[in-house]
Amino acid sequence: MTALLHVDNISKRFGGFVALDGIDLEVEPGERLGLIGPNGSGKSTLVNCICGTLQNESGSVRFDGNVMDGLAAHERTHRGVARSFQLPRPFHSMTLADNLRIPLLYTVHARVGPLRSAGDLDARCHDLLEMVGLAKKAKRMPRDLTQVEMRKLELARAMAAEPKLLIADESMAGLSHSEIDDILTLLVRLSERGITIILIEHIMSAVMSFSQRLAVLVSGKKIADGKPEDVVRDPEVVRAYLGQ
Amino acid sequence: MKAMSTAKFSLTAVATGALVMAFAHWFHVDYLFFASYTILQFIVLATAWNILGGYCGYVNFGSAAFFALGAYSSVALIKFDAEIDAWFPEGAANVLHHIFPLPIPVLILFGALVSGVVGFGMGYLTLRLRGSFFAIATLAMAVVLQTLIVNWDFVGGSRGAYIIRPDNLEFAGIEINYIEYLFALMLLLAVIALATARVIERSQLGFGFATIRDDELAAEACGVPTLRLKLIATTLSGAFMGMAGAPFPYYIGYLQPASAFGLEYAVNSIAMPMIGGTTSWVGPLVGAILLGSAQQYATVTISSAVNLLIVGLMLVAFVIIAPNGLIGLVQERLRRKQS
Amino acid sequence: MAAMPVQARMDISFDLLFNAIVAGLLLGGFYAAVTAGVSISFGMLDIVNIAHPGFIILGSYIAYFVNINFGVDPIVVSIIMLPIFFALGAFVYQVYYLSFERRGQESLRGLAFFFGLLFVTEVTLILVFGVDYRYVEASYIGPSLHFGIVDLPLRMLVPCLAALGLFAAIELFITRTFTGRAIMAVSQDQLALQLMAVDPIRIKRIAFGISIATAAVAGALLIIIQPVEPSVGREYIGRVFAICVLGGLGSMPGTLIAALLLGVVESLTATFYGPSWAPAVAFGFLLLTLAFRPAGLLGR
Repeated sequence: MTALLHVDNISKRFGGFVALDGIDLEVEPGERLGLIGPNGSGKSTLVNCICGTLQNESGSVRFDGNVMDGLAAHERTHRGVARSFQLPRPFHSMTLADNLRIPLLYTVHARVGPLRSAGDLDARCHDLLEMVGLAKKAKRMPRDLTQVEMRKLELARAMAAEPKLLIADESMAGLSHSEIDDILTLLVRLSERGITIILIEHIMSAVMSFSQRLAVLVSGKKIADGKPEDVVRDPEVVRAYLGQ
Repeated sequence: MKAMSTAKFSLTAVATGALVMAFAHWFHVDYLFFASYTILQFIVLATAWNILGGYCGYVNFGSAAFFALGAYSSVALIKFDAEIDAWFPEGAANVLHHIFPLPIPVLILFGALVSGVVGFGMGYLTLRLRGSFFAIATLAMAVVLQTLIVNWDFVGGSRGAYIIRPDNLEFAGIEINYIEYLFALMLLLAVIALATARVIERSQLGFGFATIRDDELAAEACGVPTLRLKLIATTLSGAFMGMAGAPFPYYIGYLQPASAFGLEYAVNSIAMPMIGGTTSWVGPLVGAILLGSAQQYATVTISSAVNLLIVGLMLVAFVIIAPNGLIGLVQERLRRKQS
Repeated sequence: MAAMPVQARMDISFDLLFNAIVAGLLLGGFYAAVTAGVSISFGMLDIVNIAHPGFIILGSYIAYFVNINFGVDPIVVSIIMLPIFFALGAFVYQVYYLSFERRGQESLRGLAFFFGLLFVTEVTLILVFGVDYRYVEASYIGPSLHFGIVDLPLRMLVPCLAALGLFAAIELFITRTFTGRAIMAVSQDQLALQLMAVDPIRIKRIAFGISIATAAVAGALLIIIQPVEPSVGREYIGRVFAICVLGGLGSMPGTLIAALLLGVVESLTATFYGPSWAPAVAFGFLLLTLAFRPAGLLGR
């Protein structure tokens, strides 16, 4: 078993509503997985169960060979799972640089011990902002940013935790074509550094160009998983998702 | 404002207080000691409230209860001293008489322990739920702790307890006026509280607190152990409030539940940081000095109820008009001048 | 006590127990009316109005003032006061919305705002009326109905019935009228309301107005049941929120059940341990609820 992430038959219900119904999913190290599905199909719930924001009721999530069930969200971040939020959630009272300082202080610091000096920290923040093209705005506040810049900050902050797996939850919704290309280029660059990425997205052109593999969720069930070009031709997927 | 080292900061603070003390001592103004003690006590309470309220964004309405817990844990220990001969066989009593009565610094530590533990417990029960539950629980807790104390005869119940304050304290052969001693202790507490708040603000802990105030979900995703940090804040905040209350029985001489749980503590410890500004340690300090001295002055001239009404109205006015307090107003002024 | 025959002792404690339960149910009915307002503001609108008990005490004092000076029945006074309290509530919400909710600052500053209001009301009442207990006069204060071993003091029965009437009226309004259903919807889906061309802020303003209007009635009932002084309101904070949370935020049937339950437990505590312990019961309730059933009795 070499998978980095191993989701084994997990379920989650809210009252009487079944949000996830026995989901299995494996992601190999370095893979670029696209996850699609209509609104309310359980994509975000799945992300929340992997990241520990929600706890799955049955089944199990293994990451990097360790069972993560019952771990709090911050503990999973410490083990190398990072995420961006669908609606950006920056720390409003902090500058951009300080936003990135948080995962460095609390995750990277915790992982490797107190290795970094104040200067190292500043340099890392700068590098990360440089990577997403926001270095000039290091001292600005999140409220000064545009939509696309906010998404980039969100990704940079997730990357600051130095994750093995990055889950990008609808990082491109509401952006223009050139902005989408911006974000895609960024994600591909991260992938080339060896980071495993799960991309959750509605914009099909972006998913198709990015993903090496595609999984489809409908009503809390996984109905397809395979090569993107095969999956989109799968009659069940066409009927349940693309056809609508 | 250039960053000052904590040691330098503490020295400056102590020196300022020592100056007030020398002044009062020189002119034999006991009233000045009484008045400044109250203001210092409010500095500790406001700073303690702000560690949880201002830094983490969690509102504690039960400051009076934490304060009273500190005061009553002292009363309990003082009463315990009086009962030693009745409760223990002679041998044990003799040993205990060597330890009791406990010096005030020990009472302060004990008050901190009791209030800190209660703060931790409150936090543990309510902080995993939505934010407002904690605030509601602290409000209810104040009523219930008061009920418990009113029904606890050992510490005087609803009748209250008399605490005899010695006139002087012998320390290394020098006689110190007891009021001056209490003042010095409270001064030290205020310096410790301010220095702690200041250190937190600049530390990793302070950054963590701010992420909780801004967005807890995002904080967790960044690896911040939010529950643990919130518990640190409630414990620390409660402990400082208990410390502020511990010497209070000696200061007031006669402690009643109604005075220890007085609404003015709950209101002032919220109003002072809110009016001063909640994002830095300077806010509660400024708020406590301004409101504290205004009230000291006003109680002489107008009734204490009118006094409290003014504090309440100022609190409402400030949260509506100046959400970042006086410090925020000044900062905005400066920013405008720059640009 | 020890000399009393076992049979007689059991009779006495059975009488005591039964009467305590009946008294508790009457008290609980009244608690339901007190909590109805918070059930709307906290349960449905997610506004933590801790000043609600302050408005209730204000209602008590208005009932007292009119009753003593003009001899009007306190319940009648409270009904006349409904529109004024409604307007007061709508105004308070407008200030709250403009100053805090719109800026996303409700958690810290909004709470401090309501705390300030609670405090200002209490101190103002102290300044105007002093700290003495005040009470009203009405024909039903004093006499009791007797059914076998059960005593039904009208002082408790009338407020309980009036409270249940108020409670039923709110429940009907919320389930049967368009505005009422919109209030339910506002807590769940603001966007859907906007799509129906309903202004959520207006709905919230109305709902908050109703919530404060109930305080006029609850206040009048309170001063019928017991003499009132300005700080009594604080005792009700624990009760009201305990009932509201235990009832499952915003669920009116749940609120009623929780109110009756708390009334009975408090009454039993007062009968068997002494009335000075009663305020502690609500807090115990609240803490236990928060620790074990944060979704409430009927949990969603």
